[in-house]
Amino acid sequence: MERLTQDSSPLAPRTPGRWQVGTITEIVQETPHVKSFRIAVPMWMPHLPGQHYDVRLTAPDGYRAQRSYSIASSPLDEGTIELTVDRLDDGEVSTYLHDVLVVGDHIEMRGPFAAYFVWRGEAPTLLLGGGSGVVPLMCMLRHQRRTEPNAQMRLVYSVRRADEVIYAPELAAGDETTLTFSREAPAGWSGHCGRIDAELIAASGIDPASGSLFACGSNGFVESASQLALTVGFAPERIRTERYGPTG
Amino acid sequence: MSDFVSRAFGGRRRPPEGLEARIPPGQYYEAGFPVLTAGPTPRVGTGEWSFTIDGMVGAARRWSWDEFHALPYEDVRRDIHCVTKWSKLDADFRGVSLDTLLDGVEPLGAYTMIHSFGGYTTNLSVDDITNGKAWVVTEYDGDDLPREHGGPARLLVPHLYFWKSAKWVAGIRVMDNEEPGFWESNGYHLHGDPWREERYWND
Repeated sequence: MERLTQDSSPLAPRTPGRWQVGTITEIVQETPHVKSFRIAVPMWMPHLPGQHYDVRLTAPDGYRAQRSYSIASSPLDEGTIELTVDRLDDGEVSTYLHDVLVVGDHIEMRGPFAAYFVWRGEAPTLLLGGGSGVVPLMCMLRHQRRTEPNAQMRLVYSVRRADEVIYAPELAAGDETTLTFSREAPAGWSGHCGRIDAELIAASGIDPASGSLFACGSNGFVESASQLALTVGFAPERIRTERYGPTG
Repeated sequence: MSDFVSRAFGGRRRPPEGLEARIPPGQYYEAGFPVLTAGPTPRVGTGEWSFTIDGMVGAARRWSWDEFHALPYEDVRRDIHCVTKWSKLDADFRGVSLDTLLDGVEPLGAYTMIHSFGGYTTNLSVDDITNGKAWVVTEYDGDDLPREHGGPARLLVPHLYFWKSAKWVAGIRVMDNEEPGFWESNGYHLHGDPWREERYWND
């Protein structure tokens, strides 16, 4: 079991790196629309769980497209990061990553960025994820498992259908996660259905009076999740949100 | 500049013909109006809303919602650029120019901290909010400014990345030194000029 010392955790935000060229070392098809890309980063530096990288594509005529993607891997994975990307049909960068990239390809990237939607080891912590909004939360959960296994962290993860569960085997390997299917539950499912509600939050066991909360997903998901968090008693200053836009 | 070229990338979301020059580097054309907020969306009623200018000023001012609406309104059509990479062209707002609001206030410092209901802050120099560069707007696209976009009132500083255009804006504090606001303390650039790609620290 790896454990951070007082000296290295919480990590201070650092000046982000410059543009650099990473190498794809592994691609995992997580769901029909979601892939994870493991990337070897030459000028790697440790990130805070919740931070993102910018990815930049350049066409032969100089045209460029940039997007931000959350890091899914723990900063203990020295030298590499994992980016998990939802393929958006009308997207420009996500379709390239999904349809073109193979292991061994190079990708221009820069990071890690932003120091607000980050987990610095606080506990208890409740994570509310909608769809691909689970990605930065998975980074937090992976890091918590490896550094503070006794800290209380729970994930309530809302997906529309069973084939949209990202990281299913890894989530099932622990007992932190409560799944809910908002559109269609799989056959024989005896767990939760429908949107995240006060009952699900209460069932997580995280005390709103002392807990921190991270919510990530679509704007609609985050809006209802954060209002719900306020209603059940989480302090506004301990609710942090990240909204994934319909862009890609 | 890097000479890296992405294998088999042609670009499939280029800006519409003729609009390329209005999209800053690293941005893409977006027809919609995405929502980005760091926390829960505050509920601010117009009855409790007011706008204050204070700090290092010759004469502090405060306007209630009704007093604010008695000020001269302007139609403001501008391109807006979010640091998350989208740019929206010809966004239509209505509001009051900061030149109008600052008239008679006499700022004595060169910097300001914008503050919002809900606790958000962002820093701007007095230069960046005067001479036709900034407004407090209460209408978008012919209607009341939606709550998720900062209603009842937000700042509009379209020549800088859109995080500077504080939602649910409550006031301006004039200061004689430059201090970072919320995103500026969390990894984003102190100034935020999209044409110079001032996105992050040290850009």
